[in-house]
Amino acid sequence: MPDVENHDELRQVTEILQRHSLEPGNLIPILQEVQEELQYLPREGMRLVGRSLGIPEVDVYSVATFYNQFRLNPPGRNQIKVCLGTACHMMGGYIILDCFERRLNVHEGETTPDREFSLERVACVGCCTLAPVTVVNEKTEGKVTPTRVDGILAGLGFKKDQAAGKVEAEV
Amino acid sequence: MAAKVKITIDGREIEASPGDRLLWAALDSGIYIPHLCGIREENHPPASCRLCFVEIAGMPNPVTSCTQPVTAGMVVYTRSSQVDRLVRRGFQLLLSAYHLRCGECPKNHTCEIRRIAKERGLKLRVKDLRPLDRDLPVDASAGDFVYDPNRCVLCGQCAWACRHRAGVGILGFVRRGMERRIATFGEAPILASGCTRCGECVKACPAGGLTFQKEASG
Repeated sequence: MPDVENHDELRQVTEILQRHSLEPGNLIPILQEVQEELQYLPREGMRLVGRSLGIPEVDVYSVATFYNQFRLNPPGRNQIKVCLGTACHMMGGYIILDCFERRLNVHEGETTPDREFSLERVACVGCCTLAPVTVVNEKTEGKVTPTRVDGILAGLGFKKDQAAGKVEAEV
Repeated sequence: MAAKVKITIDGREIEASPGDRLLWAALDSGIYIPHLCGIREENHPPASCRLCFVEIAGMPNPVTSCTQPVTAGMVVYTRSSQVDRLVRRGFQLLLSAYHLRCGECPKNHTCEIRRIAKERGLKLRVKDLRPLDRDLPVDASAGDFVYDPNRCVLCGQCAWACRHRAGVGILGFVRRGMERRIATFGEAPILASGCTRCGECVKACPAGGLTFQKEASG
């Protein structure tokens, strides 16, 4: 991640902190505001919040990982939400999630390093007859199969060895 | 200090200070009550291990003794069919998510889990609950001690010790539900998180989650 961006994020977090009284009880409102502005909670931002409120950094992380509303990774340009509600679970939703995880080489809740794709699980999107369901950029895909996962990703401009290449480049 | 009062535990009369919590009053008088999460100095006990249940005359249901203040003339029973059921189930639930393997555990025979099983005649093998084998990576980064999250009972003793005894505060609970575990900020290795290697967390751990390397090799 470029340093400039990081610096920008921290400046925004500092501004948010200035608008609140710095007591531990304000932790959640502050985190919510950070997420509203940045769309996620950057690590350094969480550290800064912890230091400012005088609580251990791990407590901030603890709260951020406890609540589903907080995300620790920036949303990707393409947001993929795999439904794991009861019906989708029964119809193999976790297989679809696993497919996306393998193809994109990220885990659930993470974003690809190029910030193109983010992968999430959701509880129910309200169209159980189409199970297993995946919501891609607000568009609902029903009766998803592993083959369809490839199709969805290809439609979004994902190249098959993109993820693998990314990892090699990082190493 | 307030004057001592007399309370009766399992027919034995003991003296305790009113306001003291029952668990510690009993332990001080040599009456054993199973417990994992209890911290004597903590004014707001987490009461999360659900093992220190006792029955108190006049109360309809068993209560956790770690949260119960002593009052004069209290009559307490540490065993009853209801208490035993609660403790047995709580213990089994803990063990179903616990990587037992005592033979490979550095704290074999010295841990609180074995003690509870022995004192209460509970089995270490859980048959009717599906085991939750999380297979989490072991963290040996600190060198002096090893953290095995698979042998963690989530009592929170280490996090409390890290915060209040060591004054460091790098350990805490993260995530939720089945994923809950003790970890550092960003789930980084312990040493990389500002650990001073004081060992307070290891001393506080009642189970095999945190063990000194010495014990591990010996």
